[in-house]
Amino acid sequence: MIDIEHVSKVFQAPSGDVQALQDVSIHVEKGDIYGIVGFSGAGKSTLLRLVNRLESPDTGTVTVAGENLSSLSKKQMLLLRRKIGMVFQQFNLLEGKSVYHNIAIPLKLAGASKAEIDKRVGEVLRFVELEDKRDNYVSQLSGGQKQRVGIARALATSPDILLCDEATSALDPQTTESILRLLQRVNREMGVTILLITHQMQVIQLICNRVAVMEGGSVVEEGTVLDVFGQPKTEVSKRFVRTVINDRVPEAFTGIVREEKRNQKVDLLKFIGDTVKEPLIANLCRMEGLEVNILGATIQEMQGSVMSVFILQLIGDEEKILEAERRIDKAGAIRERLVMDHE
Amino acid sequence: MNDVPQWQLWFRDEFKIKWDKLADALGKTAYMLGWSLLIGAVVGMVLALILVLCRKEGLLRNRVVYSIVNVYVNIVRSVPFIIAVFVLYGFTRMLVGKSYGPTAMLVPLVVYISPYMARLFENSLLEVSPGIIEAAQAMGATTWQIVTRFMLPEALSSIVLALTTGAVSLLGATAMAGYAGGGGVGDLALTYGYQTYNEKLMLLTVVILIVFVQLLQFLGNRIASRLRAHK
Repeated sequence: MIDIEHVSKVFQAPSGDVQALQDVSIHVEKGDIYGIVGFSGAGKSTLLRLVNRLESPDTGTVTVAGENLSSLSKKQMLLLRRKIGMVFQQFNLLEGKSVYHNIAIPLKLAGASKAEIDKRVGEVLRFVELEDKRDNYVSQLSGGQKQRVGIARALATSPDILLCDEATSALDPQTTESILRLLQRVNREMGVTILLITHQMQVIQLICNRVAVMEGGSVVEEGTVLDVFGQPKTEVSKRFVRTVINDRVPEAFTGIVREEKRNQKVDLLKFIGDTVKEPLIANLCRMEGLEVNILGATIQEMQGSVMSVFILQLIGDEEKILEAERRIDKAGAIRERLVMDHE
Repeated sequence: MNDVPQWQLWFRDEFKIKWDKLADALGKTAYMLGWSLLIGAVVGMVLALILVLCRKEGLLRNRVVYSIVNVYVNIVRSVPFIIAVFVLYGFTRMLVGKSYGPTAMLVPLVVYISPYMARLFENSLLEVSPGIIEAAQAMGATTWQIVTRFMLPEALSSIVLALTTGAVSLLGATAMAGYAGGGGVGDLALTYGYQTYNEKLMLLTVVILIVFVQLLQFLGNRIASRLRAHK
């Protein structure tokens, strides 16, 4: 649906050139909710704007719905933009106008008749559950309601693709979740492919099926959400995963590890879905000459699957610990040894 | 003389001038102010749109056009109005056929006020959030649609205030234009008031001008705040 191939872009600034994008390639399939995560300045905002040509690349190609964007005339580009909705962090609504007026604008631009506009505005308002706010002024709405209007406006022209620019970053956690659920419905019920950028890993965790991690203008890691959360390869990805999945020994328990004088190792275990069939931890506990202490455990829901994370303190002879670790690996859990500060 | 109402006689005794003369002056001032404001605002808006659209971050980035308009606006704004009237003598004669009277004065008034309006409107248009413009672009709006459906409506209340400020400045200029051959309240104050030591009449014209400015400002603020009510 969206193919970005080997795209680079440099911005000229008074302080020198800034490499906004560096040989970036991503592929978004029809039906995806594809997330791009990165800290500010990573280039994700520029990348997103390539898709509706608010930015154009210096080199590389961008193909949307089979059309190479650089080959489109200005007029064709305007027509294509009507099939791509966009939602913004700051909503970018006409605050002094009614909800109806805001949602009707893209339809008016496209030359729809009054009857068509009324019908479509009603439909999308029902979808975002704001039917009763039709004639309210946008300035009277809460942040979450404004974003619902923003989404309704983006959906008005029945787009195939929705671009979300930090759509939930200005909202509180509860509202964020309801907006994410709404985006999920947009994807499932309307069949809209969603490409979103965010710096919040929860957003990726809750609704995305694929994720690209960006740093310094490059995509440093890309894959399914379960893969990237399960085994992040780069330091940035690990930092992001850590914001939602705690993989550290809780502060209060570090003393337990530090004061343990016997031979020990601290291991982080991740279980994705039901890939591990045996009662692994129970089996470890039954091992002769091995003491197992659970220092931390969390369960995260993502992508309709579950990822559980355990932090285990294994105490015993080196030989025993190694045997336990082999057992963990054989069972199919993802294991990582944590290095404690005092070591 | 019998059919002249009592109060007009009183007026004549008091200010040493016929009421008709003042009414005529008021009419001329209103004529000059109204038309030069209207034409000046249209020209000013065109200039402002060129400045905003062609600037570096604008939708139609064009350095050459921007520079030309920018320099033009700066040059004209640095010429005092009374000098502009005389500099433009020939040009006015060419356009209107004569260089005196209220209609002829519209030429220097428009030339004088339009770059000023352009700067005020430019500020109003720049107040429109870039996010709104970006949203409009993302919807597939043409540049014309962005201007007419997003920039102008969003900037409207600010534009009304700019128009008010422009009108007040213009009122001052019409007084000078009057003296330079346009007639009107300014002319009345100077030729009949100042030169014949009629201080009462001078005072009256000053009061009229003050009331005029107050009215304009009140009206402008009121319309602007009504437009802004839902922001």
